[in-house]
Amino acid sequence: MNASTANRLTPYLFLAPAGVILLGALIYPIGYVIYASFLDWNPSQRIGEAAFVGLKNYKKLLGDGAFRESLWVTLKFAAVVVSAEMVLGVGLALLLDRKMRGMSILRTLFILPMMIAPIVVGLMWRYMYHPTIGIFNRTLVSLGFEPVPWLSDANWAFAAVVIADIWQWTPFIFILSLAALQSLPRSALEAARIDGATGWQTILYIKLPLMLPVLIVTMLLRLIDAFKVLEVILVMTNGGPGLATEILSLRINRTASEFRALGEAAAMSNILLMVLMSLTLAMFLYTKAMEARARAMRSQNDEEA
Amino acid sequence: MARERQNPLFYMLLVMLVIMAVGPILLMLATSLKLNVDIMSDRSSLIFMPTLRNYEAALCNLLWYEPKSVDFCDPTFGRALVNSLIICLISTVLTLVIGCMAAYALVRFRFMGRDAVSLSTLLMRMIPPAVLLVPVFGIWTFQYGIAGTRYGIILIYVAMNLPFVIWILQSFIVQVPIQLEEAARMDGAGPFQVFFLVVLPLIKPGLAAAAIFTFRIGWNEFLLANALSDRATRTVPVTIVNSLTEYNIDWGVIMATGMLLAIPPILFTFFASRQIITGMTAGAVKG
Repeated sequence: MNASTANRLTPYLFLAPAGVILLGALIYPIGYVIYASFLDWNPSQRIGEAAFVGLKNYKKLLGDGAFRESLWVTLKFAAVVVSAEMVLGVGLALLLDRKMRGMSILRTLFILPMMIAPIVVGLMWRYMYHPTIGIFNRTLVSLGFEPVPWLSDANWAFAAVVIADIWQWTPFIFILSLAALQSLPRSALEAARIDGATGWQTILYIKLPLMLPVLIVTMLLRLIDAFKVLEVILVMTNGGPGLATEILSLRINRTASEFRALGEAAAMSNILLMVLMSLTLAMFLYTKAMEARARAMRSQNDEEA
Repeated sequence: MARERQNPLFYMLLVMLVIMAVGPILLMLATSLKLNVDIMSDRSSLIFMPTLRNYEAALCNLLWYEPKSVDFCDPTFGRALVNSLIICLISTVLTLVIGCMAAYALVRFRFMGRDAVSLSTLLMRMIPPAVLLVPVFGIWTFQYGIAGTRYGIILIYVAMNLPFVIWILQSFIVQVPIQLEEAARMDGAGPFQVFFLVVLPLIKPGLAAAAIFTFRIGWNEFLLANALSDRATRTVPVTIVNSLTEYNIDWGVIMATGMLLAIPPILFTFFASRQIITGMTAGAVKG
C-alpha cells in the first residue's frame, strides 16, 4: 500500500470504530424499538417468535386510563418544573450578576446537585421527606405543626417530587443565564445607563430581550431533560401513591419489567420519543433561524459600513 | 477594579442559597456518620458521635482489616463498587479514543458538516434511557448474547456517550492550527503520528471535559445497568435501589453507600468546575 492510498483510507479508518458502534448499539436499537411496538412480545421470547399485531399496542394505550394518566402526569411535571426553574434560575442570575469575590466557588457549589447521581438525589430527598425522622416533619413537629404526609398523599407527593427536581436543576438554568448575562454587549447596557434607565427598566427592556435566544434554548434543553427524569422519582415514590407521580419513563420501565409486555412498552417509548423529537426539532430550527437572522443582520451592517 | 458595596440582605440571600444547595448533601454525610440509634432518636440531629461503622459495613469485603463492628459481611456493595469502577473506566477510555478519532476525521477531512453532527448530538441527547430499555434488553440478550456481562453495559455506555464526545471534541480540534499538522507532516509524520503526537496533546482540556461527562453518566446510570446486569455484574446505583425495596431500610448504611457513590462526581466538580461549566454552556450558548 503506497502513501497516497494510505492517506485516502485514513479518514475511514478514523471513523470506522465510531460508525460501527453507533450503528450497532444505537441506531439499530432505535429501529428495533419501532418494529417491536407492533409486536405482542414478552421477555422470554426471541423477537422472531413474537406475533405481529399491527397497531394493537397503540390502540390499547390510547384506551388505557393508566397510560393517559401517566402521560398527563409527565406533561404536568415537565411544565411545572420548567416554568418554576426558569423563573427562579433567571431571577437568581439577574440578582447575582455582579462583580464579587467567590463567584466561582458559588458556581461550583451550585452545580453539585446536578453532578451527583439522580439515585442519590432521590435517596436524600426520600430521607428528608421521611414521615417521622425526616428533617421537614421534625422541624414542623418541633414548631408545633402537624406533620405533612409528604410521600404518601397524592398531591403532596407530586409537590415533593417537583421540589426535589427544582433543587436539582435550577442551577442549570442559573448558570446558563448567568453566562448569557455576562456576554451581553457592554455598550447596550452603558447606553441604557446613560439614558437614565432604572434597574428594572434595564432588565425588562435590555437584558431580557437580549438574553432571549439563549433563554429559549435553555428552556428547551431543560424541557427535554424533564421528560427523561426517572431515577429521582423511582427512589422517592416509585410512581406512587397510586399513579400520582408515575411519569412515562417509569411506566415504560414497569410495563417492561413487571407486566412483561415489551411490545406495549416499545409503543409507549415511541410515543415519548415523538414528543421529544418534535421538541428537539423545534429547538434545532430555532437556533438555525436565529443564526440565519444574525448573519443577515451582520451582512446588512457590513453593506452599510 | 472598584467593587460596589453590597447590601447585607444580598449576603443573607447568598448564604441561604448556599445552604439550600449544599444542605441536603451535608445532611446525607451527617446521617452516614451516625448510628441508627442517633438517626431514630428525637434529639437534635446536630450533636452526635461520628462513626465510620456504616462505611465499614458497606465496604466490609474490600477493607484490609476485619471491622469489629460488622458481624455479618454483606459483599454486595463492595462487589458493585468494583463493577462500577471497571465499567466506567473502560467505557470512558474507549469513548474518548473512538470519539477523538472520529471527531478528528470529521474536522480535518470534512466529511459531514458540523450541522449534521450537532443535529445528531441533539437527537441523541433527547433519547431517554427508558426508550432504549426494551430494544437494548432484547438485542443484548438474544442477538449479541452479552446481557448480564460487563461488556454489555460498557457497549451501551460507549454508544450513548459517543455523539456528545464527538461533538465537544470537534469544537476543540477545530481550534488546532492546521499549520502545526502540516509542519509535522513535512517532517515525515504519518497521519496516525500527527494525530497522536500533535493533535492529542493540544486538546487535553477538551479531553478532560469529555472524560468527566462520560464517566459521570456511566457512574450515575441506573435503568440500563439494571436491565443488563446480573447478580455478579450489578453496579452501585442498581444495588442501592435494590436495597431500598426491602421492608426495613437501614438509613445509616444506605446513606454511606449514597455518599460513596456521590464522592467521585463531587471531586470532579471541585477540581474541574470550569470545564464542566464550559461543557454545559457550550450546548446552549453556541448551539
